[in-house]
Amino acid sequence: MTAIPERRSTRQLAQPDLPSFDIGDLDPPTREALSSLVLTMADDEFVLGFWDSEWTGIAPMLEEDVAFSSLAQDEIGHARLLYEMIAQLHGGKADDLAFGRTADEYRHCRLLDHPRRDWAFSVARRWLYDTADAVRLTALRRSTFAPLAQIVEKIRREETYHLMHMDVWMRRLAAGGEPRERLEEALTSLWPDALSVFATVPEETRLIDEGILAAPMSELAGRQHERLLTTLASLGLSVPGPRPSSDDGRDRAEASESFRWLWSEFTMVHRLEEGATW
Amino acid sequence: MSVQPSVMPEPSVMPLEQAIWAALEDVHDPEIPAISVVDLGVVRRVDVAPGRVRVELLPTFVGCPAVDLMRSAVEERLEGFAPDVEAVISFAEPWTSERITPEGHRRLRESGFGPPAPAGDKERLLPVLPVAPCPYCGSLDTTIENAFGPTLCRAIYHCAACRQPFEQFKTV
Repeated sequence: MTAIPERRSTRQLAQPDLPSFDIGDLDPPTREALSSLVLTMADDEFVLGFWDSEWTGIAPMLEEDVAFSSLAQDEIGHARLLYEMIAQLHGGKADDLAFGRTADEYRHCRLLDHPRRDWAFSVARRWLYDTADAVRLTALRRSTFAPLAQIVEKIRREETYHLMHMDVWMRRLAAGGEPRERLEEALTSLWPDALSVFATVPEETRLIDEGILAAPMSELAGRQHERLLTTLASLGLSVPGPRPSSDDGRDRAEASESFRWLWSEFTMVHRLEEGATW
Repeated sequence: MSVQPSVMPEPSVMPLEQAIWAALEDVHDPEIPAISVVDLGVVRRVDVAPGRVRVELLPTFVGCPAVDLMRSAVEERLEGFAPDVEAVISFAEPWTSERITPEGHRRLRESGFGPPAPAGDKERLLPVLPVAPCPYCGSLDTTIENAFGPTLCRAIYHCAACRQPFEQFKTV
């Protein structure tokens, strides 16, 4: 095999297949606040992607094996891009953010603390996440921080396929019999965390004042809650509980047992071989 | 015996930017080798400055693993056009399936891929999956088997008319 020649052009970028973002003249506190927001999004996509990948090889049908592997690849791709944005905003390396933190340092929402459990549970969780994420992405589409608005525009086109796929599965499972029972059970146990995507981010007011985020997270949570009620009604499913809180932050004293296990899986290579790249 | 004048202009008389676009036709998508990065609409712009060439590429999907292969293949192909050749990734505008050229559509069909359907209303983002005509017989009597195929950008369909499964380049 011939050696890959060294190229001087993009050598300054740690990962030349990722863009160099134009940070512009953001002041340091805004940069910090923006990094925190992007970190919550990156961690959500990253953790969900790894939960999805748990279905590779064992999904209930071949098509879903392919679909969930593809969903995982999309989410981890989004996370990789977002981690790189943080690295450029904040300094440091995307890989260290992705793999170099302790389990307690991840900022994914509580919805993603649960293990994948059975198929209905994975579908219900993904549906709750995807629909919430769509609301969040909409609130960032017109962000004054152009690189974020641009990425969001690209990501939401891909997420459209995820939404459609989950919509189909929600209908299939809700149609009746054991699938419906399992779906109801899953929704009941996930419901308290259904709006956890919208936990307040640090310095949220600053992000809104700067036009980076269109509305407070609490307002987005309200929007999502209404949408969930409408969809549940259209599927003939009962509302699993009172309006869930979105106040529980993403800071936890300790990561959940199941996330700790997932973390040990996805950081394994990094821990065994420091500096390994993806 | 007279010598026929060459149809191709001398490299020195062809404007550099035009020559670069022509050279980029030689760089193919590693996942669908029938189509070039130009026909795929991945090349956003080519900037030429003294001693320097810069090409911006738009990934079809964010998590596309072929992006860096395309990027380095572009740099390799343009080696010698300037002392400093650089291909960079950009998200300044989203790559959409509307960027695939008519020639790209033709090449996709020729190699058994259904080209993406027109996206329609850009604001609404795919209310339903578009109908994919069969690349083999042209029938519209096709059904989707899986919105997720062997790569991020491909969906799997089946044609009821000629009973062929085929892949469609997704509309995004």
